[in-house]
Amino acid sequence: MSLEEPEPSTQLDVGVTDDGLDYDQIEALIDDYVIGRESHVNAEGFVVRPDDVQAVLSTLKTEAGFDFCSCVTAQEYQDRYESIYHLKKYDDPTQEVSVVVPSPRDDPHNQSGADVYETADWHEREAYDLVGIEYDDHPDLRRILLPETWQGHPLSLDYNQDKPQIVPLREHANPLQDDKRSPSDPDTMFVNIGPHHPATHGVLHIKTALDGEQIADLEPDIGYLHRCEEQMCQQGTYRHQIMPYPDRWDYISAGLLNEWAYARAAEDLADIDVPDYAQVIRTMGAEMSRIAAHMLAVSTFALDINGDFTATFMYGIRDREVVQNLLEDLTGQRLMFNYFRLGGVAWDLPEPREEYFEKVRDFVDGLPEKLTEYHDLLTNNEILQMRTVDTGVLPPEDAKSYGATGPVARGSGIDYDLRRDDPYGYYDELDWDVVTEDGCDNFSRLLVRMREVEESAKIIEQCVDLLEDWPEDEREIQANVPRTLRPDPDREIYRAVEGAKGELGIYIRSDGTDKPARFKIRSPCFSNLHTLPTMSEGEYIPDMIASLGSLDIVLGEVDR
Amino acid sequence: MSSDQPTPGDAQSTQEARIGSGADDRFNSKLREAFGSTPFILTKFDKFMNWVRGSSMFMLQFGIACCSIEMMHTYAVKHDLDRFGAGVPRASPRQADVIIVPGTIVSKFAPRMKRVYDQMPEPKFVVSMGSCTISGGPFQEGYNVIKGAEEVIPVDIHVPGCPPRPEALIYGVAKLQERIANGESAPVTVKPYELEQFGDLEQDELVDKLAAEIDEEDLVMRYNWADSP
Repeated sequence: MSLEEPEPSTQLDVGVTDDGLDYDQIEALIDDYVIGRESHVNAEGFVVRPDDVQAVLSTLKTEAGFDFCSCVTAQEYQDRYESIYHLKKYDDPTQEVSVVVPSPRDDPHNQSGADVYETADWHEREAYDLVGIEYDDHPDLRRILLPETWQGHPLSLDYNQDKPQIVPLREHANPLQDDKRSPSDPDTMFVNIGPHHPATHGVLHIKTALDGEQIADLEPDIGYLHRCEEQMCQQGTYRHQIMPYPDRWDYISAGLLNEWAYARAAEDLADIDVPDYAQVIRTMGAEMSRIAAHMLAVSTFALDINGDFTATFMYGIRDREVVQNLLEDLTGQRLMFNYFRLGGVAWDLPEPREEYFEKVRDFVDGLPEKLTEYHDLLTNNEILQMRTVDTGVLPPEDAKSYGATGPVARGSGIDYDLRRDDPYGYYDELDWDVVTEDGCDNFSRLLVRMREVEESAKIIEQCVDLLEDWPEDEREIQANVPRTLRPDPDREIYRAVEGAKGELGIYIRSDGTDKPARFKIRSPCFSNLHTLPTMSEGEYIPDMIASLGSLDIVLGEVDR
Repeated sequence: MSSDQPTPGDAQSTQEARIGSGADDRFNSKLREAFGSTPFILTKFDKFMNWVRGSSMFMLQFGIACCSIEMMHTYAVKHDLDRFGAGVPRASPRQADVIIVPGTIVSKFAPRMKRVYDQMPEPKFVVSMGSCTISGGPFQEGYNVIKGAEEVIPVDIHVPGCPPRPEALIYGVAKLQERIANGESAPVTVKPYELEQFGDLEQDELVDKLAAEIDEEDLVMRYNWADSP
């Protein structure tokens, strides 16, 4: 927080009190527009008319300081459609407010919020694609995840998924085709990158138009891995059937972090308290996941920069194997852990415990030396510095507007980490630091990840100490949770945790049954990827590849 | 080939017979011992080619989803698929013999995957990795998910798991090599989704509706979800 510009006026603290937000003061600010009020578990929601969205959002942003539009959730009820804008502050993410926009079922039209928050652009496209709400004045309301010829909106209530679909495979048009001065003398060249390309980290497709060597226009085309995660979660029961899916959102071994996102949201929704012992195990496991994820991010980033960094890639995989072995001992799986349960974890630490602690300590103690090695190979390397310093610049204002979080935001000097700012688990009892870098470039994002590995190691070490001294008769790994969990009807919650890539949020609405009525995933990669055009337009293609590598996206999480 | 069991003394003399005496004994492989002193072997050309194909496979560098992480681990240190003569990932399908399909295939991606597969030169082989490529796996009920790789391309070896461990993938690749060396290939058991010109599709409600959006010549893939296994 100290790294940010001082706020220009005191007005931005509307409603801030010592014990949470005073929502009446916020309501007074937008009194002309509010037509109702809802209580969500995480925050109050103000119901506004569909044609007042822009006015309300910009008032909340400029006068009450809600500078972070975390997520836009769309859903269909029996009698209406609804869009919810989940707003937060980068300074203090516990200050939340929801803007609820109902629109009629026969003709769902809303005003778009994309003018106020850039990040709403993609979120609203997704809402249009999957649920079918139309956003007026949206800059570019097209399908984003499904093919453009898709029929129907799959998360709407009357969708029939057995209907046939036709998907074309055709040439992509140059968006700047019409800009050129004469048809026979094209000024721009269109280049497809992906969806099958080694540098796109999966099945991302980037449409680029080049003017000479420079990128004149760039558009990420996503949806090549849209495997209906939200539908899967809406079909599963809370207690057991949902937990396997989070592992598969961010699949770079970050499974435990994702599981925690679901666990946290569902536990708060159903008022379940998790025993401290289980929280410590969760914290330790989650940080191991983070190390594994960052290791892969760093090593593939190096590979993107220069093929000669294959050595670093091998080093990264070598160290990941060690972490994966530790996680396998703990959870029974290398990649898809399915270890968390609502109210605790699946089982206690592996026996013999001393042996496990020793293995973990060995790994943690060996890390500083290994990191020195990485620094020698990477950050001290002149080629890597030339390619990354001052390329892919993402100013903090842009990062905030696009809703960037995680190492991407922290590499732009935004001091935002939910582990500290909205504490959960055992993080607030431990001694560690949030890493930020002010460079705003590819190099800073690399540095942030490498330094975060050290911080994670610190956390793991403290967890091991705690677990070792934990009295044997107080090792409670699971709270008492009903076999069939049915949260009270019509409770709504949006909760986020700090995943490997940033803020991973879950919105759940319960309807009294044992399955969620709406399950929405706010993926950090989705918003982080949205910054790519700003970072890359006017730059060279190789710098764009470097920027993409430094964003560290996982397509499973972007497309869900 | 010499029928006698070679002794260490014979091996030494073989080396001398072939390359003269020298300090370098790297040439004294098991193969050399088997061949004895004669530089000729006699076999069928097809059999020889199959052996060559199986022993040196270029894999397509092709990542889709979660399984590709385990696939990377299989290529890299510790598991090192290259030990089995199958660890050279090629970025271009035109240089590859084998495609490992590592992940969930969705409607938007299937036509692209088909195109990549079509670009590979014959003979080509497919290893499908993970449950998603067998049936759609955990995502089988999804509105957008193809129920297995065989809906799109023929598959030689299925490696089950979610995801399979690297050891399992190595076993799958080794089995594929064995089959190739024996000259076996997988029969195509399903009628896959094909890329066809939009104008060739049978007229129905959906085709009529999309006629304004898609050109007659455009390639399309038509998914009949109701008939999927």
